[in-house]
Amino acid sequence: MSTVKKTKGTGKKPVKAPKAAVAATLKADSATSNGNAADNLHIDSNGQTPGVRRRDFIHIATVSFAGVGADAVAMPLVSQMSASADVLALASIEVDVAAIQPGQSIKTSWRKQPVFIRNLTPAEIEEANKVDVGGLRDPQTLADRTKPGKENWLITLGVCTHLGCVPLGAAAGEVKGEYGGYFCPCHGSHYDTAARIRKGPAPTNLVVPEFAFISDTVVKIG
Amino acid sequence: MSFPWAQEYKPQGTVSKWVDERLPLPRLVYNAVGAGYPVPRNLNYFWNFGVLAGVALVIQIVTGIILAMHYYASVDGAFNSVEHIMRDVNSGWFIRYAHMNGASFFFIVVYIHIFRGLFYGSYKAPREMIWLLGVTIFLLMMATAFMGYVLPWGQMSFWGAQVITGFFSAIPLVGEPLRQWLLGGFAPDQAALNRFFSLHYLMPFVIAGVIILHVWALHIPGSSNPTGVSVKSEQDTVPFHPYYTAKDGFGLGIFLIFFVAVTFFAPNMLGHPDNYIPANPLSTPAHIVPEWYFLPFYAILKAFTVDFGIPFTGIIIIEAKLMGVLAMFGSILLLFFLPWLDTSPVRSGHYRPLFRKFFWFGLIPCIVLLTYCGGKPPYAQWVILSQIAAAYYFAHFLIILPIVSRIERPLPLPNSITEAVTGKPLETAAA
Ligand code: HEM
Ligand code: FES
Repeated sequence: MSTVKKTKGTGKKPVKAPKAAVAATLKADSATSNGNAADNLHIDSNGQTPGVRRRDFIHIATVSFAGVGADAVAMPLVSQMSASADVLALASIEVDVAAIQPGQSIKTSWRKQPVFIRNLTPAEIEEANKVDVGGLRDPQTLADRTKPGKENWLITLGVCTHLGCVPLGAAAGEVKGEYGGYFCPCHGSHYDTAARIRKGPAPTNLVVPEFAFISDTVVKIG
Repeated sequence: MSFPWAQEYKPQGTVSKWVDERLPLPRLVYNAVGAGYPVPRNLNYFWNFGVLAGVALVIQIVTGIILAMHYYASVDGAFNSVEHIMRDVNSGWFIRYAHMNGASFFFIVVYIHIFRGLFYGSYKAPREMIWLLGVTIFLLMMATAFMGYVLPWGQMSFWGAQVITGFFSAIPLVGEPLRQWLLGGFAPDQAALNRFFSLHYLMPFVIAGVIILHVWALHIPGSSNPTGVSVKSEQDTVPFHPYYTAKDGFGLGIFLIFFVAVTFFAPNMLGHPDNYIPANPLSTPAHIVPEWYFLPFYAILKAFTVDFGIPFTGIIIIEAKLMGVLAMFGSILLLFFLPWLDTSPVRSGHYRPLFRKFFWFGLIPCIVLLTYCGGKPPYAQWVILSQIAAAYYFAHFLIILPIVSRIERPLPLPNSITEAVTGKPLETAAA
């Protein structure tokens, strides 16, 4: 190889002699083994034939080293996309629910997502409890989704578990769907009075966020 | 590049000779879209749409870069900055309407371009690579248009972003974290808007790069033609310039007439009025629909409403949501396999009686129906129609096409392009 470089350096028209020398080296090399000429240029001075060559080690080591380095650089490039600290730091919210009459609901916002707080009527509670839980797509009882003694307070994210629209049914006059709970107009998911998925493409019930009553009428979400 | 009789670039003046020896760019252009590129003599107007797509991309890039000079990617400011472009910036309304409708016309042109490929069998050997790159461009365009539509931060922008990133949450286990990673939060917000702007600016240039590969791949076998018969001699071709520069120029004029007519007289015809309401994260519009060019795929998404599982056991193998998303992406990814699904050696639909029937009476009505249903609310009758049409769509490519290719008896092909055009056989000695 080095011979080739040298001839390039000497001027426009390479002199005959070095060219011939290269050819001679190539010839000599191919004579020593069965491989092709290009491969043989890498044979070390001991005249070992290919298979595992000493150079392989340095090739693998170099590529591995560069690979680890590339991974290390890729990590921040990928992780910068994840929610940043200020997005994650959204505090929990406290909501006074005293004014919500049975049958009414309110929408509020938590972590930039809508939350439904619904005061179920006795009829709605009864309807939710009548359902055979085993036959549901996402089997849960109303009790699983509310706090003991506060079964009338159904608190869920207002985010359809299909593709994330806000279902209708929380504001006065909105359609509540075939099961009297919520209806997502985007692709037709129907939720019942426990906000469980009953019909349509959504895979799971509306999500119940972490919440606790910190007094009789104030609920803390998050 | 393609045929031995291609005219050679001969620089005349000293300057062009000087340039040609150092950077043969004029030579490249001459061989690509000049007299040095022989093209079948019988191309019809469907062959205009590749050039038109290129023009549409240039229109998008020019108007887009201007919009970016006045646009402001912030959840509080984006909507107002677009209104500022519309009301205050000199000629801003024109630039924005041109960009908005430019996107629609880009898709119209590309859909006709794809239609041409489907009917005339342009995806077949030796042009598979052109087709694969084309489908790639189509996917990139869809991503670009989606992210652009989010930028004005109106109601459809916001809820489109919510629903489309929601597709990713259908993926088992990693779906929801992946969605939050894409959005940089729990719902579309500042982080999402900013990165969509960044990517919306970048992607058209990626598309331009893939177009270069697409055209490069085209120039190896050269264009196909309405007969699908390969070029046999010089008589079958004419030089691209002046013949097709003229024909494409004429087509471009017609295209621009339609484009400016819509841009000036009905600029919001293809859009949705809800996107003139600022984004409200607490309230989804009663009926959200994507832009018209996504409707067929949206209909396929909506066609899957029940889980697929073992009946009466409650065991769900695949959720309706995941199925819908897979089918929607699948309907496009399917096109990557088309060159190997259609095994008939005859390219043009003109000479394939059975293929042609399924094409006109099956595939085309099916796509029209999907487009129509995609824009409808999810009521039972539309869902059922979408299901039928979606089933046909997949059956057409996966079942009908392979079978038709096997059993069909094609009509006799002309011996050459020249014979098809003039009725006289090729003069073999003349070339
Ligand atoms: C493949 C080419 C492109 C397509 C298909 C495309 C598509 C779109 C679409 C559909 C919109 C929404 C229009 C609206 O409703 O207002 C949009 C907006 C926008 N695009 Fe593009 N675009 C492309 C190229 C570009 C480029 C190259 C740039 C900048 C370098 C750009 C910058 C913008 C900006 C700033 C907006 C927001 C302003 C507005 O909404 O009118 N676009 N784009
Ligand atoms: S987002 Fe609610 S049904 Fe699709």
